[in-house]
Amino acid sequence: MSINTPSHHSSAVFRLQGELTVLTVSSISARLRQQVLESGARELAIDPSGLTRLDTAGAVWLRQVTESGIDGARLRLDSPLPTAISAFYEGVSFPVASAAVPAERPRASFLERFGDRAYIDVNAFLSFLHLVSDLTWAGIGELWRRRGVRPGTFTEQATRVGADGVSIVAVILFLIGGVSTLQAAAQLRQFGANVLVADLLAIGITRELGPLMTAIMVAGRSGSAFAAEIATMKFTEEIDALRTMAIDPLRLIAVPKLWAMLLTVPLLTVMADFMGLLGGTVTGVVSLDIAPVTFVNRVTNALLLKDIVTGLIKSISFAWAITMVSVYRGLQFRGGAAGVGDATTASVVSSIFAIIVLDLAWGLLFYL
Amino acid sequence: MTPKAELPAHAVSVRDLQVAYGEGDDMRPVLDGVNFHVQRGDVTCMVGGSGCGKSTLLKSIIGLVTPRSGTIDLLGHDVLSMEPEEREPLLRRVGVMFQYGALLNSLTVGENVALPIQMHTNLETSLITELVRTRLHLVGLDDTENLMPTELSGGMRKRAALARAMSLEPEILFCDEPGAGLDPITAAGIDQLLMSLNRNLGTTVVVVTHELLSIERLDGGLLMLDGGRVAYSGTAREAREAGGAGLREFFHPG
Repeated sequence: MSINTPSHHSSAVFRLQGELTVLTVSSISARLRQQVLESGARELAIDPSGLTRLDTAGAVWLRQVTESGIDGARLRLDSPLPTAISAFYEGVSFPVASAAVPAERPRASFLERFGDRAYIDVNAFLSFLHLVSDLTWAGIGELWRRRGVRPGTFTEQATRVGADGVSIVAVILFLIGGVSTLQAAAQLRQFGANVLVADLLAIGITRELGPLMTAIMVAGRSGSAFAAEIATMKFTEEIDALRTMAIDPLRLIAVPKLWAMLLTVPLLTVMADFMGLLGGTVTGVVSLDIAPVTFVNRVTNALLLKDIVTGLIKSISFAWAITMVSVYRGLQFRGGAAGVGDATTASVVSSIFAIIVLDLAWGLLFYL
Repeated sequence: MTPKAELPAHAVSVRDLQVAYGEGDDMRPVLDGVNFHVQRGDVTCMVGGSGCGKSTLLKSIIGLVTPRSGTIDLLGHDVLSMEPEEREPLLRRVGVMFQYGALLNSLTVGENVALPIQMHTNLETSLITELVRTRLHLVGLDDTENLMPTELSGGMRKRAALARAMSLEPEILFCDEPGAGLDPITAAGIDQLLMSLNRNLGTTVVVVTHELLSIERLDGGLLMLDGGRVAYSGTAREAREAGGAGLREFFHPG
């Protein structure tokens, strides 16, 4: 492409040569603009006789500059387009400007936006409560009815949530037991009360860390899997298909998950308590110079049945909350593949939030 | 299926159906006063361009979309005035084949076909197994009961979905674009299956499609939607010959 600018300023000729395509149109436009600025011409003629190739982007640009000008200067074609290029140019179907310009929607005020948000959130909360009541009653009702649940699905879900999660929960709690012991010892050593580390460990693990960490691990492993599975089933119309077969998706899909969670999370918590105490004991014996027998004796003396039972009650409530939240998030799925990711993320975040809130509530109830 | 006495003549009857998506300013009408009926034992194609409301109409009839107004009579029951639990016995008399099959991916093909039978009957396991094999044989999928849906081709998946939709031998079968995404031979095979189900079992068949060849093969009733309204209701043969502007474009594109 080349642009020839005659010396006089009132008019000029721009000679387009070579290709005017999506790859060259911006540089041509920029150079044309620069020429207009430098020459100060108000009217320009474009000579397109040297063009060898034109594509849709070039045609749109040519139409735009000849109709609307550029930087205040008017432009016109001073000779017809070369025959081959002209045929293409004429064949491009340019959109016709619509006479009725849609009215721009006025921007909603803060109060309107607040109201909209509140309306959506209240509705979402109400539908969550609906799901909680439906799923809880279905979970109880199916224990006797056993018509909506496929045989074998409970065992399959229990294996996934419980058995498959044993190793990771065990390792994490063993390490947390060790870390707790070291942190407690760092403080108690200052008062010569090293041996009380065992008491603190027993209480901390059974009351708090065992149930809490197990629930967080389960929310990350199984809650997210529930949400992703249900969201994908919605995406592939499997949930719709079940409804049209008069099969309640909650009973078929969610009830076995609820049962599996309510059974396996407390069992995992018992195992987690044991592993946490084991990790703490090993760390205490190895690094704090406390005799193994003394440490184990103090741990067993400090262990109270009440702490273990309250920990288990907490874990059952956590299991229930994780199932409700993850099933709800899965069923809330909208959109495509990204929606499945969103449902999974929302399930983990909301489950952990619910676990912490429930933990606080139980703490106030049991220990205040 | 044995014919039953004193059944209403219409398998489906829709009056003044209005469906819209969204709320308030964002409300977008999809169906705007749709009226039509499907005779028992007929094969009917619902046709129309993309976005004309075919799938929404189908979803409204089977209860997956709640209309704003109108009435839907399905097998003699006013669907919209029924409570969800009242719909269950009705839905057992209805089969639906989804566009992409919608087989449960966590179950085998056989388990998918067996699912409605297990959930709604007290048949013995051995009988269910045999029934499943018979259903799969009907759609030409012998020896696939232990395969997972992901191991099937697109056409096989649709045939398995048809077997599942037929598992309780429904009185009416709805199919959402059964030939979409399939090669012409497989699509023709599915149409022949639908025809044989209609002929041999007396099943009323409603097919949502925009495949011209499929409409010609099924050669039954035709309901054409355009802009959320019924543009034509009659038989495919009459439509091809008579044809208003919309029909002409549809039957003679280009």
